[in-house]
Amino acid sequence: MRIALFTTCLVDGLNPSVGRATVRVLERLGHEVVVPGAQVCCGQMHVNTGYLDDALPVVANHVRAFEQYDVVVAPSGSCVGSVRHQQGMVADRAGDTSLAADARALAARTYELSELLIDVLGVEDVGAWFPHRVAYHPTCHSLRLLRVGDRPQRLLRHVEGLDLVELPRAESCCGFGGTFALKNSATSSAMLADKLDDVAASGAGVVTMGDSSCLLHIGGGLGRRAAGPRAVHLAEILASTRDEPWEARA
Amino acid sequence: MTAPVFLGLPTAPRGVGGLRGDEAFPAAAQRALGDAQLRANLGRATSTIREKRARAVGEVPDWAALREAGAALKDDVLANLDSYLVQLEEQVVARGGVVHWARDAGEANAIVTRLVKAAGADEVVKVKSMATQEIGLNEALEAAGIAAWETDLAELIVQLGHDRPSHILVPAIHRNRAEIREIFVREMVRAGRPAPEGLTDDPAALAEAARLHLREKFLRARVAVSGANFAVAETGTLGVVESEGNGRMCLTLPRTLITVMGIEKVVPSWRDLEVFLQLLPRSSTGERMNPYTSMWTGVTPGDGPQEFHLVLLDNGRTATLADPDGRAALRCIRCSACLNVCPVYERTGGHAYGSVYPGPIGAVLSPQLTGVADNDSLPFASSLCGACYDVCPVAIDIPSILVHLRSRVVESKAHGVPTAEAATMRALSRTMSDARLWRTALRGSRAGRLVSRRGRIRLRLPFLSRWTATRDLPAPPAQSFRDWWASRGGAS
Repeated sequence: MRIALFTTCLVDGLNPSVGRATVRVLERLGHEVVVPGAQVCCGQMHVNTGYLDDALPVVANHVRAFEQYDVVVAPSGSCVGSVRHQQGMVADRAGDTSLAADARALAARTYELSELLIDVLGVEDVGAWFPHRVAYHPTCHSLRLLRVGDRPQRLLRHVEGLDLVELPRAESCCGFGGTFALKNSATSSAMLADKLDDVAASGAGVVTMGDSSCLLHIGGGLGRRAAGPRAVHLAEILASTRDEPWEARA
Repeated sequence: MTAPVFLGLPTAPRGVGGLRGDEAFPAAAQRALGDAQLRANLGRATSTIREKRARAVGEVPDWAALREAGAALKDDVLANLDSYLVQLEEQVVARGGVVHWARDAGEANAIVTRLVKAAGADEVVKVKSMATQEIGLNEALEAAGIAAWETDLAELIVQLGHDRPSHILVPAIHRNRAEIREIFVREMVRAGRPAPEGLTDDPAALAEAARLHLREKFLRARVAVSGANFAVAETGTLGVVESEGNGRMCLTLPRTLITVMGIEKVVPSWRDLEVFLQLLPRSSTGERMNPYTSMWTGVTPGDGPQEFHLVLLDNGRTATLADPDGRAALRCIRCSACLNVCPVYERTGGHAYGSVYPGPIGAVLSPQLTGVADNDSLPFASSLCGACYDVCPVAIDIPSILVHLRSRVVESKAHGVPTAEAATMRALSRTMSDARLWRTALRGSRAGRLVSRRGRIRLRLPFLSRWTATRDLPAPPAQSFRDWWASRGGAS
């Protein structure tokens, strides 16, 4: 299948290894990956900060960049959540009915990575090898906006060598929330501290999730603790094999 | 839909009532976060009540359908508020009650004060009520020389402690039992019957002390003031649900009963209560049924209050109703399930919100009742995690309303010189809608590598430190994803 990758702005600019891992998994499964060059961002940051007018050109650019592709995947639950739940609203509000219709049509063929693998490609075992104890953090927008359910855990359970452990209070938010982390830094940090304690209590060496923004937050917090678990994106675990293990690239 | 008849009336006035705090949420929250006792009290209480609710909701097979019915009934009420309220008034009057219309907190307080004075009383007993907290009735009565005694146990704790409620349902959730014992021992003596000698912090002993203290007030009071959970338009019946029985004492013993009710509390018929009396207790206290449900219709000669007044309160509700993207907040039945699951509320407590309506619902209700300019930090007091929407028994999409109110705050500041934030967002909008500009910006961002160590930025600069105080920031990579893809010769 020909799959267009929506890299997301955060992965493109700050965490490109997540994008490379997504490409590696899909190519290993025999699919063709294309990366539309006109893409940048879904507009979520502008929308969630209240700048709906400024979100409009960002949304329009996104919809145009992907209009000719049949299947789109993003390694980020919240960006797919924004495509599905916000882009049409932004266009409606601006009175642009044709953009709104195009945005909703694009939303219907845009998938988060675990959704694409299980619902569209029909695979649970992607042939990965990752010999670590792993806890899964179900990021809020994957959990409650996309309802990905246990799809990520089903993928993780098929990874050879992986020991999946329970994360206490897993469904509690890590405190990122986009600009919330800056506007309400103290509250966000208190939420993060509790999440990091729960990650430590899980006994996992790696905490994983399907959202690079929450990964940036939890990973940034773990970086401040002398030793302990590392935050690794779901795509990087699924990309890891005996021949090309994750650690060799870290 | 008939246009609501009240459109354009003023919103809740400044300086009256409990809808505004003295400082913005981030600062108030930061102070609350420093209180370790508060964090422990809240963490324990919210996790207990969360589990109770989950059990009580989980055992109802048709919960999703009930929730949908609750939302639909409330939407019908909001769309036809004008006719239901007039019907309610006709029915209350036909059964011997008197109806008063109050545009805002000031008018409502003046009406109640006048009624209490007319009854020749200098004190009232109160049923727990959010509407009277919202309008600051106790303070208004006190200014007129009338003592208002709270009779709900938690409201009593708050009142005796010269404190403010921090939760809609559990106003003293920020207090533990040792603190409550201290408040009772120190303060009851000044307000009436003192605490018993040798009072311990055993919950049963504390409840007994409150019972004894309140009993003399119930028996003496000539006027009671209540709120209402529901008002049934077809019969003019008012209803209060509660757990302690103090409400029923107030609703039956005094000669005069005054009920202050937000206009959105009306429901068309008794049948509608079937839905709400299932949704409310399971969502709020995690019980299958609340212990006391009191309903009253007008007055009955020789039995119960002989004078009944209903004060219908707007106080910003019609202004809220006028906003199609925000009005669903008026569906709220004050169960507080959203507070109990909110990761922000759990850490900061209710006082940080500044309003008597804290938590997620407060963050969408308070700014609409006052106008967003007066509560402009509240729509941002959320990580948009969505836990509130999932538990809301009337399916209020709180995250979407928060985003909508954020846009109203941004619009309210859009005149004159742009803020630094607005200028940044405008610049990012241009960059993020043009891949060429974006690529150039990414290449420029590599300068960030100069201030990084081992791939991480820990620099403490103004603003940037709001992130780096507690988290590392990864240094921009040597190669962006799009440059890697291009170097690989990948297709687009």
